[in-house]
Amino acid sequence: MAWRGKVHKFGDNISTDLIIPGRYFHLRGNLSELAKHVMEDADPDFVKKMRKGDFIVAGENFGCGSSREHAPWVIKIAGVRAVLAKSFARIFFRNAINIGLPLIECDTENFKEGDEIEVDIERGEVRNITRDFKVAFTQLPPFLREILNAGGLKEYIRRKKDFEG
Amino acid sequence: MGKTLTEKILSQKIQEEVEIGRIYIFPVDWVFAQDGTGPLAIKVFEELGISLLSSPSRTLFFLDHASPPPRSELANSHHLIRKFGEKFGAKIYEEGEGICHQLMVENHASPGEIIVGADSHTCTSGALTAFATGMGSTDIAVAMALGKVWMKVPPSIKIILKNSLNNRVMAKDLILHIIGALGANGATYRVLEFAGEGLKALNMDDRFTIANMCVEAGAKTGLFPADEVTKEFLEKMGRGEKYIYLFPDENAVYEREIIMDLSEIEPMVALPHSVDNVRKVKEVKGLKVDQVFIGTCTGGRLSDFKIACEILKGKKVKSRLIIGPASRRVFLEGMKEGVWEILVEAGGVIIPPGCGPCVGIHQGVLADGEVCVSSANRNFRGRMGNPQGLIYLASPATCAATALTGYLTDPREV
Repeated sequence: MAWRGKVHKFGDNISTDLIIPGRYFHLRGNLSELAKHVMEDADPDFVKKMRKGDFIVAGENFGCGSSREHAPWVIKIAGVRAVLAKSFARIFFRNAINIGLPLIECDTENFKEGDEIEVDIERGEVRNITRDFKVAFTQLPPFLREILNAGGLKEYIRRKKDFEG
Repeated sequence: MGKTLTEKILSQKIQEEVEIGRIYIFPVDWVFAQDGTGPLAIKVFEELGISLLSSPSRTLFFLDHASPPPRSELANSHHLIRKFGEKFGAKIYEEGEGICHQLMVENHASPGEIIVGADSHTCTSGALTAFATGMGSTDIAVAMALGKVWMKVPPSIKIILKNSLNNRVMAKDLILHIIGALGANGATYRVLEFAGEGLKALNMDDRFTIANMCVEAGAKTGLFPADEVTKEFLEKMGRGEKYIYLFPDENAVYEREIIMDLSEIEPMVALPHSVDNVRKVKEVKGLKVDQVFIGTCTGGRLSDFKIACEILKGKKVKSRLIIGPASRRVFLEGMKEGVWEILVEAGGVIIPPGCGPCVGIHQGVLADGEVCVSSANRNFRGRMGNPQGLIYLASPATCAATALTGYLTDPREV
C-alpha cells in the first residue's frame, strides 16, 4: 500500500505549542474546530495550503513539549496522511500511535517544500518523485503496528478488552 | 548484571528481569489527568466499553491549568471532570489546590512506584524515586480502565554530581546547564539518573526542579535515589512508611556517564524559543524585561519564594512581577513565614495556586514583543499566549534580581 501526496516542510524541534497553541485551550472539546489552527504558529498558511493526504516532513525532535494528545489529533483530522521526521519526541510518538496517526522516522534532509512523494509502509520506503530518490525506514515493532492497524489504542482495547487478550 | 534505578523499579513491578528496548505491559500505581487533558481522557474512557475505573482511589484529576476558569468552555471542562469524579469515584483536586505535579509529590508519589499522568512534567515525581512519566489522554484513559500501560524499557544516562552549588546558584541553573549540554532531544527515550556525593546537598525542592525539567532534554523521566533527604520529606508529608531504600546497583550499566561539578555552575538563562538555547546570565547583558514570573511546577515552591524575598525585601521592583505558589500548602506555608507580605510590598501580584500564565491561557499573557523572564520550564514560541512574546527561563533568584533592576540580572550582583 502506497500513499502519495505533497511535502510540507518544517524544521527541528516543532513543539506541540507550535502544532496547536495553548491559547486555543478552550477549543479542546471540539477537535474539528481546533484542527483549523493546526501548525498555525509554525506556518500560518498551512491549513490553506495543505490538501487531504499530504505529508508533514520535519527535522529532529518533532512534537516536543506538552503531552497534549490534541497535537496528533489535529494533524490527523486536518487530513495529513503521515508525519515524516528525523526523530520524534517520545510522548508525541506514543500519542500518534495510540490515535492511529502513522509516523515515519527517516532521513528527511533532502525533502523540499512541495515535493511529491510516495510512502510505502509495507516496504519501508519513501520515494521522492519530484527529485527522484528513495529513502528507507525501519518498521515499527509488531505490537505498535498492531495498535496502529487497529486504528489506535482505543480500538485495540475495545476489541481485545485488555492488552494481552 | 547490575541494574539501573529504571531497571530495578520496572523489573520489580512485573517480577521479571526487564530488557532495555523491549515493550512490556506495566501496572500503574497512580494515574492522573489535568483540566486540559482530562476531558479527552474521559471521552476515550467512555468509548472504551469498560464500565469501571480499575482503581478509583488511585485515579486523580487536577483542575490546575485554567483555574479558576477564564471562560465558559473551560468552566464546562471543569464541570465534566467533576461529574466524572462523582460518577466513578475518582479523586478531584479542586481549583486553588495547586499544580498536579506539586500535589503528586506532596500527597502521593513514593519510591518504587509507577506513575503516569496526562501532562509532560509528570516526571517531577522521579525526584521521589517513582518511575513517573507523561503520556497522552488515550494512554491515560486505558490506564484508568485497566490499571496498565505499554512502555518500552529505556536505557539510562548517569549524571554524577560533585561538590555543591554556590550561593544564589540554584537547581534550576544546574538543570538548564544540563539541558544546554545534552540538547532538547539529547535524552529522548532515555532516563536521566542522578548520582554522586553532590546529591546530599540537594534538598527535595531542588530535586523536584531538576526532575521536572528532564523532559526538556527529551527524557522519559529523571530519577533520584531514595536517600535520607527523600525519607525526611516523606515523613514531613505524613507518609514516612512509604519510604524504601532504593539505589541503583554499583555495577549498573549506563548508556553514558556525565560528571557535573556543582561548584562550577553559574546562573543560567534559556533564550527564546527553545529550552536548550542556554547561556550564562552574565553573558546576556542589557536585556530590558517587561514581566517576571516566579511560579509553576518548576519554580513555585517555598524555597523559591524565600530566595526571592531575600533579594526583594524592603525594595521595589522595576518590572511587573507575578507570583504563583505551586500549591495551597506552599501558599499557606509562605503565609506563615511572611513571604507574601515582602513580595507584595515589593510590587508583586499574587495569583492563585495553579499553572498561571505558564500555559498561555490567562493571568499574565504577554503583549507583542514583550520580554518575560520566568522560573517556568518552557519558552517555546506562543507558550505564554502570544507568539510575539519572548520568554527567557531562569532561576527564581535570577527572576527576583531581574524584577528588581528591570533588566536580566545575575542574582550575585544585587
